[in-house]
Amino acid sequence: MIKNNNNKHTPQELILIAERSRFRRIGIIIILIGICTALLFAFGTDRNQKSTFVLNSPESFSTKIADLVVPSLYVILAISFINILLGTYQLTKGFGRNTNKILGLAIFLFVFSLLVWATKDKSLNLTGMLRLSVVQAIPLIFGALSGIMSERSGVVNIAIEGLMLIAAMVSVIVSSATQNIHLGLLAALLASGLIALVHAILTIRFKVDQIISGMAINIFATGITSYVGIKFLIAFPEFNQTALYPNIAVPALSSLPVIGPIFFNQNMFFYLAILLLVVIQVALFYTPWGLRTRMVGEHPRAADTLGINVYKKRYVSVVLSGLLAGLGGAYLTLGAVGRFNRLMTAGRGFIGLAAMIFGNWNPFGALGASLIFGFSSSLESKLSILQVPIPSQILAMAPYIATIVILVGVIGKVTAPAADGQPYEGQD
Amino acid sequence: MKKENKMQVELEISNIYKSFGTVQANKAISLQFEKGKIHAILGENGAGKTTLMNILYGLYQPDQGIIYFRGNPIQFSSPRDAIRNGIGMVHQHFMLASELTVLENVIAGQEPSRLGFDIDYRTAKEKIRAISSQFGLDVEPDVKINDLSVGVQQRVEILKLLYRDARILILDEPTSVLTPQEITNLFQVLKSLSSKGRTIIFITHKLKEVMAIADHITVLRNGELVTSTSPLLVNEQELAALMVGRNVELSVSKSKAILGDVMLEIQNLEVLDDRMNVAIDNLSLSVRSGEILGIAGVQGNGQTELVEAVTGLRSILFGHVMINKIETTNLPRRQIIELGIGHVPEDRQRDGLILSSPVSINMMLCSYYQNPFTKRFILQEDIILKEARKRADDFDVRTTDVRNPANILSGGNQQKVIIAREFSRPLKLLVASQPTRGLDVGSIEYVHRQIIKKRDAGTAVLLVSTELDEIMAISDRIAVIYRGKIQAILDTKNSIREKIGMLMAGVIPEDITHMDRNNKKRQ
Amino acid sequence: MKKNLLLPSEKGTVVPKKMKIIDYWKSVRLPILAFLAALLAGAVLIVLTDLKFYALFKKTFSQISTTQVIIAITSIALIALSVWLGVSKWVKNLLEKKGVTKRLSVSLRVFTPIIGFIISIFLLRLSGFSDIIDAALNITYISYHSLLEGSLGNIVDIMAAFHSGNIQQITESLNPISESLVAAAPYIFGGLSVAVALRCGIFNIGTEGQIFMGALASVIVGYSIKGLPPLIHIPLAMLAGALAGAFWAFIPAILKTKFGSNEVINTIMLNYIAFSLVDFLLTGPIRRPDQSIPFSPYIEISAELPRLLPYPSRFHIGFLIAVGIAILIYWFLFRTPAGLEIRLVGQNPNASRYAGINIKNKYLLAFLISGAMGGLAGANEVLGVSHYLSGTISPGYGFDSISLAILGNNHPIGVIFTALLFGILRNGSTHMQNIARVPVEIITVVQSLVIVFIAAPTIIQTLFRLKGKGKSEQLIVTRGWGK
Repeated sequence: MIKNNNNKHTPQELILIAERSRFRRIGIIIILIGICTALLFAFGTDRNQKSTFVLNSPESFSTKIADLVVPSLYVILAISFINILLGTYQLTKGFGRNTNKILGLAIFLFVFSLLVWATKDKSLNLTGMLRLSVVQAIPLIFGALSGIMSERSGVVNIAIEGLMLIAAMVSVIVSSATQNIHLGLLAALLASGLIALVHAILTIRFKVDQIISGMAINIFATGITSYVGIKFLIAFPEFNQTALYPNIAVPALSSLPVIGPIFFNQNMFFYLAILLLVVIQVALFYTPWGLRTRMVGEHPRAADTLGINVYKKRYVSVVLSGLLAGLGGAYLTLGAVGRFNRLMTAGRGFIGLAAMIFGNWNPFGALGASLIFGFSSSLESKLSILQVPIPSQILAMAPYIATIVILVGVIGKVTAPAADGQPYEGQD
Repeated sequence: MKKENKMQVELEISNIYKSFGTVQANKAISLQFEKGKIHAILGENGAGKTTLMNILYGLYQPDQGIIYFRGNPIQFSSPRDAIRNGIGMVHQHFMLASELTVLENVIAGQEPSRLGFDIDYRTAKEKIRAISSQFGLDVEPDVKINDLSVGVQQRVEILKLLYRDARILILDEPTSVLTPQEITNLFQVLKSLSSKGRTIIFITHKLKEVMAIADHITVLRNGELVTSTSPLLVNEQELAALMVGRNVELSVSKSKAILGDVMLEIQNLEVLDDRMNVAIDNLSLSVRSGEILGIAGVQGNGQTELVEAVTGLRSILFGHVMINKIETTNLPRRQIIELGIGHVPEDRQRDGLILSSPVSINMMLCSYYQNPFTKRFILQEDIILKEARKRADDFDVRTTDVRNPANILSGGNQQKVIIAREFSRPLKLLVASQPTRGLDVGSIEYVHRQIIKKRDAGTAVLLVSTELDEIMAISDRIAVIYRGKIQAILDTKNSIREKIGMLMAGVIPEDITHMDRNNKKRQ
Repeated sequence: MKKNLLLPSEKGTVVPKKMKIIDYWKSVRLPILAFLAALLAGAVLIVLTDLKFYALFKKTFSQISTTQVIIAITSIALIALSVWLGVSKWVKNLLEKKGVTKRLSVSLRVFTPIIGFIISIFLLRLSGFSDIIDAALNITYISYHSLLEGSLGNIVDIMAAFHSGNIQQITESLNPISESLVAAAPYIFGGLSVAVALRCGIFNIGTEGQIFMGALASVIVGYSIKGLPPLIHIPLAMLAGALAGAFWAFIPAILKTKFGSNEVINTIMLNYIAFSLVDFLLTGPIRRPDQSIPFSPYIEISAELPRLLPYPSRFHIGFLIAVGIAILIYWFLFRTPAGLEIRLVGQNPNASRYAGINIKNKYLLAFLISGAMGGLAGANEVLGVSHYLSGTISPGYGFDSISLAILGNNHPIGVIFTALLFGILRNGSTHMQNIARVPVEIITVVQSLVIVFIAAPTIIQTLFRLKGKGKSEQLIVTRGWGK
């Protein structure tokens, strides 16, 4: 029996139906977020409690603005209500293409209510917290740029973590030995560049699986830095203390309220990161070098027939990727801590990769993602200062959980370079 | 007064030999390519055409023999050399980065620049527009390749070559992915190019096109040059015989269909493709046991998604599929297979076989988990081997031992393994998708014979192929698919090739009746 | 892998032969050579980072004469030249052209670098560098000797002990071997964890986190349930460990199958989360009462894995359980349809799907087994070795397991052997650290080199002139971050 044709649906309807379960899931999640907000934060909060967000940075000379004071309970309840509303709307009608943005909004509101709850009857320097987020984001930006540089040419580089670790150690040792931070930085770059070259040779020339090669380098880095750390740095602690690259307050801009202290009173490495970000963005999309690199990452065989040397391009990209990772590692010691601690990278290289994916392999996208991850890292120190009844180790999980959640969220919305991860069989 | 015909030879190859291991791909080939003419290299799969072209293009080095370029002996060590000398190739699988724009794909490697390190996009666009209008290749420079139809993508490929001042253009099977209308457009472009002094070399196995467009035809068979002639001096039948080495039956003999019940019933199917576009648009059809229904259509009109939906590999959003009166819409794949469905997939190496596994396992992929091959959760290796050997014998799979991995088999043998696997059980429905792609004529005959045998035994066969000749050769009825819809269903006996071509391109000829269009069954 | 051995020959005529000794050797020689090469590199590292060697080096070079410099340079040039002669394609082709037989050519090119090396060392010795060379050899010898002694024992002591017949003496002399086996047990589990996942095409880098979770669960069951007989308590605690590990692997499995999220980053993130979680619990909820150290209480005696040899041996039944489970996994992977399906999915997920195999279920199953193995490793350590939980329960067993699995060809039986090797390394390295002052992290470095050498057969082939395996034998090919 053949039925009539009146069952036809429009393409939009079909997409909605296919996505129906996913949309429904997100709707439920948003509602749950709203309910959690109320359950976790509204209980135990008194009507009269107020949360104070200080917006002036103590160090800077920015123009003073008033603190942001909000009534804790009402804000929390309001946010809870908004989220439940959003979730219900998502369940019934759905936001369609904007679903992901609404989910992001819901999470943002939840985090804000968390801050409000943590700050009830106390005050939190919000500007300081955001400034710390940027600080935490710096190594992630370098990590993401490193990943972008390598993967845009088609080579997966998960060795960023290991490269950072080695760079961190080398920079401290050389800097302490020579009493010259610039030499330390240079040595770090040399080390990370050379090891990245090894990754390139293994994956490009010997066609080793790129994940395995990357993991081998990570394991090697863990081993050798711990080895050298124990053998030398404990016996000779004078090789493990270095001066730091200073913070720079950009004249005029650093006096802007809120924005000033957050973005314009940072370590030199931050400005370097932003500069490199812009340079790489321009280079990738507006220069022949960038176009050829992208072509190699999208369709290496086509690039080969067009006269582009696929192997050479990949070698160059991977080594540059190593240098960027080296900058990230050197920042940890020469820009932040001043000494090398065992396994001090703590997964930042991998979070940088997540930022790269989240940013759809674009430098500016990765910047946004890095800032978000940086914020999640800042939760631990800031909230424990507030003596929030959440143990510090649980807070420390925030960036890792955020990474997992965000990665799930961007599936299907981002496109890796087409040839990413596949070794190229040239014509011999 | 006959004008003196000054033959300008752009390219000449002399006594070329090339082998890969024990396989002699090219043997003593000598050819001349005249400037401003369209040369066709004709041969079946495996005849050595692609190898020869790859030598011309610098991808391979000949073992023996010389290539003369404008009279001078040259050696191209890589495609870059060839490009530099003005030889360009449009491959069968396009060399285009889907996420980049037309402009980016065309200029990569030779970008115009003002400062040396920037890209002068304006000049690039101007140059592209100039070439476009000169040769009739209409494209928008800022569109992503992904968003273009296949015919337009091919234009981009040709544009790439002209942008680099190619004088000799080699096209490898250019029409396999085009609609008839696009093929006409392509031929217009080629004629325009040749009239402006470009030399075109055209590799194909399609006789009709060769007769339509070529100025000069060369036939290769088993690596050797069989003949080099003009289309005015031969006809299709002779060419086919030369291609294959014997007289060819251009259609396979089969008895009249003995129809039984409706085995496959598809109603109002709506399916999306991977990019969330509508692939199947309210499609209905039915196939009876004992008949072969051929789905004709240009690649990319939904056939792939149709096959996937029917065989349980793609989710069906609306509509029903019923096999042997049982509702199979969105049933798990294994369940559908167990209901008696056989599937010969499009891409045998990626989807049909697990190449690193032994032939025996590949032979038994549908049954290893069933009694007697598994007893009480333990695989019975000897019984599996015995059955695999039997199937190999029954279906003439040439291998010294079924325990060898499947990747050592030739293409034809690999397809035989798949057929042996699927055909070794009673099938209510057989879905065969491009079953003879990339096979030599002997294997093609074999596959067709097996399919007809199954059909005579009562299986309903759904045949999907982009080769219209194949469809017309063995189908009892032909359904034309276009943009996810069935345009018409016709009896093969009464079908005219040109009409089907029009239907494939979305054009409805006047004399196709309303009845055909509404897909009513024919008695 | 070991079953389907093929002799390389012409296309279409390959025939699998019955397993002969030569075939076993062929499948085992690559791992062995890779390991030896890595040990050599490790020796170089040890020598170069030895402080006394460095001092000697400085002294020698501060008093160096011109002749010595010339000879030193000549020797290095000689080594470089002889290596180039051995490795260069140009030389190979030249010899071919001259009509030299393949056998002679190979022998010449293998022995040239060796001879060149020997001559250089000879020259250097003669010219006053003998101190350095002796020091280098001495350091290497002390290091690896202490490694062997620490892991296998002193042969003299052992023979004397057996001669005397004193049980106590025998046990003491065999203690190093016993400790190596103790260290091998968690490696067997860890190796199985990574290997099963890799067979299905999954990178489980989260074994370390699964070990922690398994240790956590088993210790809680171990100390909080009282009054159970060992016959119930032990399996219960081990089961808890396995389930906890499986659960920790279940998370990335769901993320992969339901959401398509790549498991590499997810498993690594979960490691850090597991560390933090255990850290938190050890400082509070499961901390030993009345104490401030982050240790859990001791488990009940009934939960302890019985020791099989008298004091001071710590050899416990965990090793035998591990071997038993490895055999079980072998049987599962190679004899059951589900195991076959896991392997097929690892080889070609597309074709497996077309064959009707439920890919997602297989991923789930592989992850669960993998996680359970990790959990068992953690349980093994808690229940069999330390009897309580602390932050140092795993010195990196999970990461070592990656090299282990690759070295063992992702085969359960191979894993057993490589686990024994790694157990020897880990156990011996503590002794090496005490005697030769080489930090235990040296074995991490050696392992990473082993991965590199294994996964790039061409390097070893070029070095040792082995016949190629062909592309089909290459380890898993990464598919990028997408599905």
